Amino acid sequence: MATITERPLTSRLRQDREPVLAEEYERAGGYQGLRAALRMAPNEVTDLVKRSHLCGRGGAGFPTGMKWSFVPMGKDAPHPKYLVANADEMEPGTFKDRALMEGDPHQLIEGMAIAAYAIEADIAFIFLRGEYQLSARRLTQALAEAYERHYLGRNILGSGYSLEMYLHISAGRYICGEETALLNALEGKRAHPRAKPPFPQVSGLFGKPTIVQNVETLCNLPHIVSKGAEWFLGLSPTGEGGTKLFGVSGKVKKPGLWELPLGAPLRELLEEHAGGMRDGTRFRGVLPGGASTDFLVDEHLDTPMDYAHVAKAGSRLGTGTMVVLDDQTCPVGMVWNLEHFFAQESCGWCTPCWSGLGWTEKILLAMEEGTAVQHDLEILKFQPKFMAPGNTFCAFAPGAMEPLQSALKYFGDDFQRHIKEKRCPWR
Amino acid sequence: MLSPEVVTELLSVEEREEIEAEAAHYPVRRAVCIDAMLIVQRHRGWVSDESLGAIAELLGMSTADLDGIATFYNLIRRRPVGRHVAMLCDSVSCWIMGYNRVRDHLCKQLGVPMGGTTADNRFTLLPIVCLGACDRAPAMMIDGELYTDLDEQRINTLLERCE
Repeated sequence: MATITERPLTSRLRQDREPVLAEEYERAGGYQGLRAALRMAPNEVTDLVKRSHLCGRGGAGFPTGMKWSFVPMGKDAPHPKYLVANADEMEPGTFKDRALMEGDPHQLIEGMAIAAYAIEADIAFIFLRGEYQLSARRLTQALAEAYERHYLGRNILGSGYSLEMYLHISAGRYICGEETALLNALEGKRAHPRAKPPFPQVSGLFGKPTIVQNVETLCNLPHIVSKGAEWFLGLSPTGEGGTKLFGVSGKVKKPGLWELPLGAPLRELLEEHAGGMRDGTRFRGVLPGGASTDFLVDEHLDTPMDYAHVAKAGSRLGTGTMVVLDDQTCPVGMVWNLEHFFAQESCGWCTPCWSGLGWTEKILLAMEEGTAVQHDLEILKFQPKFMAPGNTFCAFAPGAMEPLQSALKYFGDDFQRHIKEKRCPWR
Repeated sequence: MLSPEVVTELLSVEEREEIEAEAAHYPVRRAVCIDAMLIVQRHRGWVSDESLGAIAELLGMSTADLDGIATFYNLIRRRPVGRHVAMLCDSVSCWIMGYNRVRDHLCKQLGVPMGGTTADNRFTLLPIVCLGACDRAPAMMIDGELYTDLDEQRINTLLERCE
């Protein structure tokens, strides 16, 4: 396969992990995308993003330009309109947005300004998880620089367009990553998801039109505006467009984060970039896109890592950051850890989620402790149906079922062994 | 209900100024309540009943409404903590890479279970969800700083640094 070396999102990141600040960012071509966007009409920016096929990098993969096209535009549109960067990176196994915010904070700010201009937003928020304190410090510094240099504030670069941008530090909870729950959190409420419709594009933050985008998605925008939709589409060998930040954690030789063409093969990621499995361990499976994605196994190693191919393999690209399961680690224990997280983080709004996840976690713990009986396995197998899409208020519980249902499929014998041997064989 | 004088007494000038600066970003006053609780917590380590009442009064909310929000969010502390707070990641990548061993060592060194505070009030040990440092697992935060690639020796060094 041809090696594509272009890495628009990460090429500026410094080896010493210090942030790229305004002067260095500008020298490397920074804010040229915003300048170009401000010379276009807002709907031209949206059209360009549509043509680039950019899809959300936060997990759901919704086409970005299409999302923007639902925002009411023109002089009769309600104001203020809002743009929100979803920087609430909390999907277990995911560590990509942190790298972008800590290393190149202006890239996010520029991307946000471009998206805000396209939807004629007046106010932008960066919704940042509370634990990312280094990101908070660096974004605060970069925001001050961006205001000083007239990339934010009133009459940006003399264009007549004005945008205020604020950093909001969140107080925790995974559900805040769900965009309507995030909006409730920003309004100072408990972060329960909202019923849709109305969609946030029409009635979002404080009832006004609002777009919520993941950090990595927004970071692509300066490059798409500067270099064009055709260039962006050409980055990906499978035609889905762009690069993707991929990460690998677990017992591989070189865990890490890499920007690769969208559609890079799973095998290349695990064996070349992550260096293969540690000595004495064997690969058993991988969560390809964070905790709420289905396991992929040996037979899927040649899957190109893009939205369509990973879906065809029975999982989701998700966040693109993978967690590897090895043969020295108990798959039942791993799934228990995941479901413990989901049960704890359920917001409690709808019954299938808070109740179903509680039972799921209890049964998995019983298996680990050697007290589970055969009937428990039947109850466990029912949970993915009970919490299937459409049975719950939001996508949280169906996502939680993805690692469970695939583990039951690929590692069924291991579940059986826990029951028959009345213990965890890995302990 | 607390009188404005009592609110002035319960929240410092600094705290009130910081809350008002954040409140200016939102069209409705109650929207700033989460920021407000985090601000008070930064100054005092936690959000006491008195602080909660004062914030509610300042923002025109009921105390019960605000407490419902406070208890939803795991980073808002409604109980006092020690001088240092350690938050150990218990999510999947850290679990695979040795969370159990690291947790047992931390609990033994500090002499408290997860969620506990040492008798001399030096440390509170809390579990936390994925810290986004999965490639450098196991990971923890102490007083807002991230520490990665934890093992017994590294933990001992980190603990020694905290008076």
